Amino acid sequence: MTASGGSGSTSVGSVRGATSSSEDDRPADQARPAPTEAELEANRKRARRRAKSRNWSLFLLFAGPNILLILAFIYYPLLSNMYYSTLDWRLGSPRATPVGLQNYVNFFTSSSGIEVWRVTGIFTAGAVLGSMILGLLIALVINKKIPGRTAARTAVFSPYVLSGVGVALVWNFIFDPNRGGLAHILGAFGISSPQWYLDEDWALFMVIIVYVWKNLGYCAVVFLAGLQSIPKDLLEAAIIDRAGATRRFFSVILPLLTPTVFFLFVTNIIFSMTNAFDILRTMTPTGHGTNTIIFEIYLQSFGAYQRAGYSAAIAVVLFFTLFLITAVQLRYVERKVHYA
Amino acid sequence: MRDIAPTQRLTKEQRRQRRRGTWADAFRRENLLDTILTGYLPILVALLIIVLPLAWMILSSFKPPSEIVTLNPTLLPQDPTLSNYSDVARRVPLLTVLGNSIYVTVIGSTIKVVLAITTAYALVFIRVPGANLIFLGILVALMVPPEVSMLPNFLTISALGGRDTLWGIILPGLGTAFGTFLLRQHFKALPKELFEAAELDGAGHFRKLFQIAVPVSLPAIATVALVTVVNEWNSFLWPLIIIDSPEKMTLPVGLNLLQSIETQTGSYGILMAGAVLVIVPMLIVFAALQRYIVAGLTQGAVK
Repeated sequence: MTASGGSGSTSVGSVRGATSSSEDDRPADQARPAPTEAELEANRKRARRRAKSRNWSLFLLFAGPNILLILAFIYYPLLSNMYYSTLDWRLGSPRATPVGLQNYVNFFTSSSGIEVWRVTGIFTAGAVLGSMILGLLIALVINKKIPGRTAARTAVFSPYVLSGVGVALVWNFIFDPNRGGLAHILGAFGISSPQWYLDEDWALFMVIIVYVWKNLGYCAVVFLAGLQSIPKDLLEAAIIDRAGATRRFFSVILPLLTPTVFFLFVTNIIFSMTNAFDILRTMTPTGHGTNTIIFEIYLQSFGAYQRAGYSAAIAVVLFFTLFLITAVQLRYVERKVHYA
Repeated sequence: MRDIAPTQRLTKEQRRQRRRGTWADAFRRENLLDTILTGYLPILVALLIIVLPLAWMILSSFKPPSEIVTLNPTLLPQDPTLSNYSDVARRVPLLTVLGNSIYVTVIGSTIKVVLAITTAYALVFIRVPGANLIFLGILVALMVPPEVSMLPNFLTISALGGRDTLWGIILPGLGTAFGTFLLRQHFKALPKELFEAAELDGAGHFRKLFQIAVPVSLPAIATVALVTVVNEWNSFLWPLIIIDSPEKMTLPVGLNLLQSIETQTGSYGILMAGAVLVIVPMLIVFAALQRYIVAGLTQGAVK
């Protein structure tokens, strides 16, 4: 029975799982003359094995369809993308030439590939900072104890749930340099409207504004929850110490808000890299100046170029970028955020 | 943490009292200026920024082309007309497209919610070795944006004959990681005693799921359902790729088509009418059920 020590230690975790079946045996066990630990262990093992196979079929009945769907439409694409990414292949063409890692090399070294990184970087930075700063300002205001703030919270959040295509159509009209609402407002101040659609830099600025408009309510609500979790007595103590509003914000509120800031920072980076497609596509269909990484994946395979292999390579790069960001979040941020 | 939560929850009476307190406090003479300057004024500015574009959309959708191209636009339509809406219907098969969107949203969301419930139940209550590993696999899937799988899924669905069909829109999105994750966390927090009585009565997993777990989890399930509905209704990229003919389009894709047809300045009214059709239903759903939707969409940050 030298192995019993080993088997005992491995089953520590699973014994708890089997208690429901072994509990029934216990009264009978006590009536019998003291069964050895080994016999008990064998009994439990048998019961566990029987329960295990029954459990497996039930588990597969309940969870199987979902797991199959996830395997077929999330995991299989991840792997096949890696294969496609090594091909020089036009979508719909039967012929594909293996090119090794050339697609990756192109994406990281060609001027058009570097342009995608530049646009993605600017868009992400603008979208994340814009919606977080405005979201925090709104949250600070709504956090005041005044009537109507629940309604204000709801209204501010509402663009977040609206169709990106619909929102982009509305803003297309507003940004129209000749007839748009913004052109009229600027005109009232004697300023002529920038060429939002022709100038690539203005186009990028424009889609950032729209994305921030749609997204800041999310940041505001999350910040609001963070603000409301700050203990009241800390703020009251600061007031008694005659700390002004600015001092209170930077010395008490902001430090206690860091978990929220970290959380929003990471989720916003991920969202802005993945969720902006409908706005980008609807406002700037050709992607000149606004082809962020997600837009580029679409443009390369389903746009004019049909370079499916290159598109797959970018998709793989995007996945590993997101994986890295999430890993960093889990490693360094997660434990600072209060989840439950 | 869990034990503290109920005590933090306020009774209705307490909440009413607290609210009355804020009313009185906020409008006391010494606070009035502060309330208006640092409270209502910024809120008003924020609300204007949020609401004005939407108001502009709705009002413009009732304007005739002459009021759209004018150099002196008015906020309110001078000569309100429904012609923009009938123009939308003339360019795209509007009722069909609307029907497609509703069909895809309802069928897709229903299946996703059912799958999320059963998967989450299995992960929490049916003990098999490796369940945690499967859960980890689902968590990783949560991280993969659908855009990454777009090309291979396009090939898979094409091979299955799902191009330009409604089931082709629905199928690849059915595997649900978000709902499974959210409901698993919820089921794990349910008190074990709830199930013990049923177990003594010899209830199997089906009865435990449908007679105990589901009824006590309705708010969490509503949250998952509504977030799923929002996402399905707004979904754009995948339907854009897989659908070619207008009769099979969902609203966002139909609007994309509309935009590519209507390129003249005067047609903004028509485009606004289209935007109203995709935005207003969601605004109504959100206004009615915002508590669940906000909770679901801010999951992970707000508890």
